[in-house]
Amino acid sequence: MTGRRIMTADEIRRATIRLSHEIVEKQAGTDGLMLIGIQRRGVPLARRIAASILEHEGVDIPVGALDITFYRDDLSMVAQQPVVKGTELPGGIDGRTIILVDDVLYTGRTIRAAMDALVDFGRPQAIRLAVLVDRGHRELPIRADHVGKNVPTSREELVKVHLEETDGEDGVEIERMVDGAGAAAAARASESVA
Amino acid sequence: MTDVADPAGMADPSADVSVPAIVPAVGVPSVGVPSVDVAPEAQAVGWRHRHLLDVDGLSADDLDLVMRTADAMREVLARPIAKVPALRGRNVTILFYEASTRTRVSFEMAAKNLTADVTNIAASTSSVTKGESLVDTVRTIEALGAQMLIMRHSASGAPYLAAETFGGSVLNAGDGWHAHPTQALLDLYTMRARLPGGSVAGRKVVILGDVLHSRVARSNIWSLTAAGADLWLCGPPTLLRGFEAWAGRGAAAGRQFTVTSDVGAALRDADVVMALRIQRERMASGLLPSLREYAARYGLTAERLAGAKPGALVMHPGPMNEGVEIAADVAAGAQSVITEQVTNGVAIRMALLYLLAGVPRA
Repeated sequence: MTGRRIMTADEIRRATIRLSHEIVEKQAGTDGLMLIGIQRRGVPLARRIAASILEHEGVDIPVGALDITFYRDDLSMVAQQPVVKGTELPGGIDGRTIILVDDVLYTGRTIRAAMDALVDFGRPQAIRLAVLVDRGHRELPIRADHVGKNVPTSREELVKVHLEETDGEDGVEIERMVDGAGAAAAARASESVA
Repeated sequence: MTDVADPAGMADPSADVSVPAIVPAVGVPSVGVPSVDVAPEAQAVGWRHRHLLDVDGLSADDLDLVMRTADAMREVLARPIAKVPALRGRNVTILFYEASTRTRVSFEMAAKNLTADVTNIAASTSSVTKGESLVDTVRTIEALGAQMLIMRHSASGAPYLAAETFGGSVLNAGDGWHAHPTQALLDLYTMRARLPGGSVAGRKVVILGDVLHSRVARSNIWSLTAAGADLWLCGPPTLLRGFEAWAGRGAAAGRQFTVTSDVGAALRDADVVMALRIQRERMASGLLPSLREYAARYGLTAERLAGAKPGALVMHPGPMNEGVEIAADVAAGAQSVITEQVTNGVAIRMALLYLLAGVPRA
């Protein structure tokens, strides 16, 4: 990692446990709950929250994975088609309370795409949103129901979430965008959807 | 046509001996793009082709990318609403100068499943009948707003001419005797999906029948040798003319490429048997004595299939002449994956439309 660390592995663990309690509390139980992680880092986060609910409530909540690639609003703007990672929604979503899980909430465009994708699969009772980090700068009228950590940022900064399952270690860091072509291009790409 | 001087129908198949060696499929390593929020993750090996004219220009990595993208499209096809907005607002024009049902409908469904706007033009009911040239037709279609052109033509090479004129992407849906790339890719996809281990590398694949007139066979030769199959072409000598030269140079490193009229030897221990349609319209030219004799000597019957490996896959690009190149009970038998080929065709064509749509226009 190269940037300033804003969450350690322990803080991520505690935030995940708190999110799991909040989700169950808001639902007044676990009936009809389903966690759906947005590819890519939302998926391991959703699994962790489900593991925590199992530990505290003794209930095994179904976990799904959602790929939003085909629903991005910037497909015509990126230089090359992004990798498609696959969608899996065990048991379907009809009538369930869906908790969408993602690592970072930024412009809100990812969540817009995710909701468009979800309604193509059925009619959930409700859709709620849980994120590990909310960094502000929304471009759409979307807010999170459950937030691990609110982090004030500027648009010139990048928030990077690392998870053991995808990156080999846990941690969240923030770094200033340099003029390096790679970071700038990645940031432009992310702003249009993330 | 130059088919007499160049019976294999290729400009010079031996000129390009750099058939890509098979590269074992690896997981997609995430590349050097920082994991910024949900920035699109770039392909490990990007898609760079603006057109799909044949499979000879595709590397083993390209083939792998098409196969993995088709996997995602199969998942889309299994959804309650099998439609995603990936190509929303794109104009796709389907221009067919030859009769077709399955390929044209397959492309149309693929484009619609991606929410593209589709226009169909059959040359027989268009200004082509008033003498409009191919280049003029293509210019007109582009001026009308088409961004992708799916084209079938009876003349080998016609889509290459169209690609020189058209500013968007051209997909070859079959040109003369030359190429039918999406068929070859859906065939490869079907084999990989059904063969144990998920790969055709080292597998014995037999293409049986009228190889001479078959664009399906020619495209399959490129993709199957690139994917590392042991390839056998089998049929009457009159329908194999010119392919020995290709076989002499075309095999991938360490693999076989055999041309024979001995059906027993070709089918022995085969993993895949692909029967080709006998193109009845060619029979007048004296290449075959009769359909009955062809069926008796080269038809894929249950008895002949018994010489292949147990569970060998039976394929056919369609449309079939049942009782000629393939017996009805074999075509409908347990080993047949012919209807699966049709379903996979939609997924493969969705994958290609999606990948080509990401490449900038000229």
